[in-house]
Parts: sequence; C-alpha cells; structure tokens
Amino acid sequence: MAESIVKFLETWSPIDIVLIAQNFDRFLWGALTTLELTVISLLVGGILSIPLAIIRAGNNKILNAPVWVFTYVFRGTPLLVQTYLIYYGLGQFEWIRETFLWGPVLSQAWYCALIAFSLNTAAYTAELLRGSIVNTSRGEIEAARACGFSRAMRMRRIVLPSAFRRALPAYSNEVIFMLHGSVVASTITIQDLLGVGRWLNGRYYLAYEGFITAAVLYFIIVLAVSRGFRLWEKHWLAHLYPQDAVKTKPKKGLASFRI
Amino acid sequence: MDLILEYQDQLLAGTWVTIKLALLSLLIAVLFGLVGAWAKLSKNIVAQKIAAAYTAIVRGVPDLVLILLVFFGGQELANSIGTLTGLWEYAEISQFAAGVGTIGIVFGGYMTETFRGAILSIPKGQIEAGVACGMSRMIIFRRVIWPQMVVYALPGFSNNWLVQIKSTALVSVIGLQDVVYNGFVAGRSTRQLFTFMFAVLMIYLVLTAISDSGLRWLDKKYSKGIVRSDDG
Repeated sequence: MAESIVKFLETWSPIDIVLIAQNFDRFLWGALTTLELTVISLLVGGILSIPLAIIRAGNNKILNAPVWVFTYVFRGTPLLVQTYLIYYGLGQFEWIRETFLWGPVLSQAWYCALIAFSLNTAAYTAELLRGSIVNTSRGEIEAARACGFSRAMRMRRIVLPSAFRRALPAYSNEVIFMLHGSVVASTITIQDLLGVGRWLNGRYYLAYEGFITAAVLYFIIVLAVSRGFRLWEKHWLAHLYPQDAVKTKPKKGLASFRI
Repeated sequence: MDLILEYQDQLLAGTWVTIKLALLSLLIAVLFGLVGAWAKLSKNIVAQKIAAAYTAIVRGVPDLVLILLVFFGGQELANSIGTLTGLWEYAEISQFAAGVGTIGIVFGGYMTETFRGAILSIPKGQIEAGVACGMSRMIIFRRVIWPQMVVYALPGFSNNWLVQIKSTALVSVIGLQDVVYNGFVAGRSTRQLFTFMFAVLMIYLVLTAISDSGLRWLDKKYSKGIVRSDDG
C-alpha cells in the first residue's frame, strides 16, 4: 500500500513530495530555529521596550531625544540592512575583534541575528506601547492620584497593566511581522525554515520544493499565532467589549483558557 | 567618508533602482488592493473566497519566501509552459520583474485590507442616496466612494508604503543590484562593510523621512473637514 502511494506520487506529483518527506525532519529543525529566534528576540525586545516606552511617554527631554533617535532609526530602515550591519559590519573594527565578546558572540551569525531582531522589535514595540500608555484614560490616573499612589506605583499598578492589554491587538501584528522578518536570518547562513528550503533547492537543483514547503510551514505558524492572539485578546480585553456580547456568545475555547 | 564618495556612483545607481522598484510595486499594490477590496465587498462568493485566500496567504507567508519562489519557481514554470505549448523556448524572469511583481502583489494584500476598511467607513446612507438620485454604480464609485475612500485610507496607506520601501531591500537576496547589493559589494571589496552598510542605512532613513513628510502633507491636505477621534 505505502509503496504504491510512493510510486503514484513519484510519477504523478508535479513536485517531489517524496523528497520533501525524506527531508521533513530538517524542515522541522529549521522551523524550530525560526521559532527560537523569533521568541527569544520578542522576549528580549519586549523587556527592552518597556523602559523605552515609559521614557517616550514621559516629559523628560534629555532622555526622550536619544530614545526617539533609536526608535526612528530602527523603524525607518530595513531589518536586512540592520542585520548585515551587525553581522558583516562589526568585524571592520579591530577593537571589537579583540574584545572577549567577539569569539563566542559577535562573530556568530545566530547571536548577530538575535541582536538585530531584538533591537528592531524593541523599537517597534516601544512606540506601540508609548501610544497605548499615552492613551490611558485620564480618569483612571486621577483616581489613582486621589488614592495617593506615587508616580511609580501609578505606572506599575494602573497604567502599564491597562496599556499592555490595549496594545495587544497591535502587538499581535508586531509578532507576525517579526516572524516574517526572521527570514532575514537565512541570508546570513543560519539554517532557519527558509534556510533549509534554500539548502534543499540548492542541493537537488530544484525550483519549487524547498520554498513551497517553507511557505506552507510559515503559513501554519502564522495561523497558529494569530489564532492564539485572538483567544488572548478575548480573555484580556473582555472588559472592553459590550457586556452582553460577552455573555450571550460564549465562544469555544474561551472557558478552557481562563485561569 | 572619502571611500563612500569614491563609490557614490554605485550607491546612487542602487538607490535609483530601489526607488524605481518601490514606486512600480506600489502601483501594482494599489491596483491589486482596489481589485481585492472590490472582491471582498462584492456579493460574488467566488470573488470573496479568492480575495480571502489571497490576503491570508500574503499575511501568512514571509515576502522573501514568495520572492524566491517567484524568481526561481516562476522561471521554471515559464519554461515548462513554453516546452509544453511550444510557444517559446527559453523564458527568463529578470530579478527586477520578480521583485516588482512579488512585492506589488504582497502589499496588494495589505492594501486590500486598508481599502476595504476605508470603503466600509463610508456611511451606507450616502451610497443609498446616490442610488436614489439615479447614479450608476460607476458614478457612485467615482463621485461618492472614491473621494472619501482616499481620505480614510491614507493613514493605512502611509503605513503600508513605509513598510514596503523597507521590504524592497530583500530583492538584493536574488541579486538585483539595488542599494543594499551595491553597498554590500563596495563594502566587501574595500573591507569596510560597516561604513557602507551604515551609508545604506542612512539612505533608507532619508527615503523614509521624505515619504513620511510627504504623506503627512497629503494627510493634512485631504483630511480637512474630517474629525478623527484619536490622535494617531
């Protein structure tokens, strides 16, 4: 049975499905690398973005200017160029090559991609969070003030929790954007999902198989991520929806998602 | 700095390729966006499904993957079709055509969503009023929908365009001699990659800054008389 299926595919399929199946474990490892790079840079970038967003939302001009320059440069230029600048560019400087960081970190493609991606997503997330912090309703802040909250406490207990929630829909776009952006890693020798696709095509001199497999797997990942975010939004933004809409339409999956 | 001046011809030629690529693909993106928005809002279920699949694929698959697929796969496909039909012997898809086509189609998907949202924010009563006045569909589109759609779509359009300019950098991967490719080659031959990649970075920054201020001016010009609830 299995043999006849293989035979059928080999003779009739326009693309070499058997070859893809044989190399499928490589694609899964590639997908893992893609996810690893994306998730770690989102974490690092996310942590970096919080203080940056608070500075951008504040009135301190001396701190604001350099952060503005940082976000402007990273949002105004392609991720590919930023990654090249770090991976290929840093080696130009003698003193960087002599630091202890050169061997284990800065000469490694993986870390360079991670640094570029983290800074990039930090810039985008900082601006997105800034918008959300600035738009916190005045009443909430006045109420916190009236209760005697200090500035730091207001930020920690009132502004940030609500700003994070309201930033969620825009942040889901940023996550997908970062996932798309992570293909840049394949241009600096990393075997991510697209890297594996390019390897397969190069090795067997093919035109479709590697790219199509990578495309399908990327599609599945993006689909899963956006579904996940939709559930998350339903949970964390429930207080912003019209009351009865939440009550009368208990969607599947929501109940299991409540903690 | 002297080095950059020495290579300024290559950098400028590359910048010109990048600008051409971005503008041409913008044209394709707007066309696809209009057709896509029309399909999404039409009553034809087949058109709706096709448009939904189109925007889902574009959102789900990274642009570089599609560029590579079109450049290498499209070549192969064109050749197989040529062999099968006997119409042509060897077809070649240039890097520029693959880049313009793919980036145009990808951002057409984003434009579809932008235009669809813009059309939906036009009050339905106005279209009904147009029908009541005996306007044809074409005239309703031209006189009622289009002028307002442009205004509503402008913020999303600006966003898409700013992302799109940056996406053009990816075509350097298939060997199109754009500003990234030329900068990289110059940097490699002089062993000054940081200097040259930094110059490329600055060129992109200038391009985005120019389009940013241009779009802001347009927004100011067109949004007279429209009150936006948020300040973003």
